[in-house]
Amino acid sequence: MVRVLDEDGELVGDAEVPDLDDEELVEMYRQMKLARRFDERAVSLQRQGRIGTYPPLSGQEGAQVGSAMALGDDDWMVPSYREHAASLVHGLPLKETLRLWMGDENGARVPEDVNLFTVAVPIASQIPHATGLAWASKLKDEADRAFLCYFGDGATSEGDFHEGLNFAGVFDTPNVFFCNNNQWAISVPRERQTAAETLAQKAEAYGFEGVQVDGMDPLAVYKVTEEAVAKAKDPDDGELRPTMVEAVQYRFGAHTTADDPSVYREDAEVEKWKAKDPIPRLETFLQRTDRLDDEDVTAIEEDVEDRVADAIAAAEETPRPDPVEMFENAYAEMPQRLEEQLEWFQRIRADHGDEALLED
Amino acid sequence: MSENLTLVQAVRDGLRDEMAEDDDVLVMGEDVGKNGGVFRATEGLYDEFGEDRVIDTPLAEAGIVGTAIGMAAYGLKPVPEIQFSGFMYPAFDQIVSHMARLRTRSRGRYTCPMVLRAPMGGGIRAPEHHSESKEAFYVHEAGLKVAMPSTPYDAKGMLIASIRDPDPVIFLEPKKIYRAFREEVPDGPYEVELGEAAVRREGSDLSVFTWGAMTRPTLEAAENMDGDVDVEVVDLRSLSPLDEDTIVASFEKTGRAAIVHEAPRTAGVGAEITATLQEEALLHQEAPIERVTGFDVPFPLAALEDYYLPEPERIEDGIREAVEF
Repeated sequence: MVRVLDEDGELVGDAEVPDLDDEELVEMYRQMKLARRFDERAVSLQRQGRIGTYPPLSGQEGAQVGSAMALGDDDWMVPSYREHAASLVHGLPLKETLRLWMGDENGARVPEDVNLFTVAVPIASQIPHATGLAWASKLKDEADRAFLCYFGDGATSEGDFHEGLNFAGVFDTPNVFFCNNNQWAISVPRERQTAAETLAQKAEAYGFEGVQVDGMDPLAVYKVTEEAVAKAKDPDDGELRPTMVEAVQYRFGAHTTADDPSVYREDAEVEKWKAKDPIPRLETFLQRTDRLDDEDVTAIEEDVEDRVADAIAAAEETPRPDPVEMFENAYAEMPQRLEEQLEWFQRIRADHGDEALLED
Repeated sequence: MSENLTLVQAVRDGLRDEMAEDDDVLVMGEDVGKNGGVFRATEGLYDEFGEDRVIDTPLAEAGIVGTAIGMAAYGLKPVPEIQFSGFMYPAFDQIVSHMARLRTRSRGRYTCPMVLRAPMGGGIRAPEHHSESKEAFYVHEAGLKVAMPSTPYDAKGMLIASIRDPDPVIFLEPKKIYRAFREEVPDGPYEVELGEAAVRREGSDLSVFTWGAMTRPTLEAAENMDGDVDVEVVDLRSLSPLDEDTIVASFEKTGRAAIVHEAPRTAGVGAEITATLQEEALLHQEAPIERVTGFDVPFPLAALEDYYLPEPERIEDGIREAVEF
């Protein structure tokens, strides 16, 4: 397993710090702090009934931010439904993530200049899409773009995972498959997903490299992802472009806010993994190497608090989308039947008013 | 110029003409390359366009459809083939959860302009899972269009229209009539617009609504009854969107209707047409609307398939029921 920082924030053995300048290293820390605070507030908003079901990410900050920072703007990111931090790093504003989980599909509308695919909920189903996107790029002779796709450990049991990776190997597409192995697919442990020793070794069956990395070590994740991205664009002779990265980590909280993990896992296990928390780990390293001091930490915490508060305010101030959008986005041109349904719906709205149609 | 082609040759002709017209169009699937497809629908395309545009894929339906979705979102126009429509189910999640919904879910940032082709239907003495007619599954799914030609001319024109359509299209090819007859098909690309039914035979006593391979036995039944009952035959061609105007206009003229489809009866497209006529033309109705359909059983193997599929005799019975009410 690739590691750069140990749990105390010390460099492991003769590991080298990846090629990031001081500012970028502090930025990595800032993004992780932002993700953590965002996550805490989102869970709290769900408890207050201000957003719907929400999938928390705490514990994954190192894996998400570390990998996302290894992408260039031209590279593509294909998320599952938990990559709020990675999507933020790649250009999706936090406000949009909140809107999506508040039930507004416009939150999944990625800005035109951001190479981020839309959130996918059915497990592993986005993996063949990522292969297809990368394949299309290769067929268009672009050769300078990598396509990073996220999924969890449970996804590796799905047929779509195998088919997506198999196509990627056969057609040698510029993909990085990034498994956030957080140990649990809701209540089913990693050991119930596969008898294989590692998830990374599955890549071997498809003819390309699999790498296991400490997913709670953002520097190791960055290093591994950066290498995979570089290889996707420019492989050595005889080397296939795709890589599967297994980032070994832990989901600190529930699968979603509708889930109660105390039913299926022990507190001691959670505590064991919390000792590996990526955030204090990077903070200690940055402090020890004089890239960060207490004052900076306080300033970052204040900044993060403001940014999350601003995102929440902006999301909550966004008006409910016009229901006409339901009808407008199903087809490029509205079919006659749908037009008739829309007319009927508008009549109902006019007759009764929106207030009457909406549940309190 | 035109050529006398079978339906499957017209499919190939449409693919070839549109691939020549638009470099972004590509064909993918199992055996579509060197082998030219198990029904020869892609014969010769591999030699003409090469392995990057006529792609033999691994045997994996979800992989074929799932990667095609990614390609379509990235600006190509993939036309994946599933070898038999009975094998579309491993890809069903990709079709209904993603192919159909990408535009909606991304609020238009990403779209999925692809055409998923599959030979469908019974009548060729095939093994299990090679004869299904489950068009209703796809008609039920918002975001998809569903087309099923019944003639070579339509097959080519509708396929080209489907490839040019900005939305995903399920293009079902009735394999019983892949080689049943020939028709003059123009050279070069042309479109037969989706969403328009064709009145194949004018009549005044009763309207029969049908599509795909059932169009021919329906026309045969109509001929058999000529002089006795004057039957109008409407070939729907496009099942989603459905050409309500033509359906309703025909029914308003005749006041009686039979619907013929080989798919199972319950919740089939026939039920939708019946409901539409009830809503739109009740006061024109002279008799209950008859449905002549397959049965609510899994498609039988060869020994019994003739009993399952509507034949002219059964269609005539249905017409008679509606006329003699």
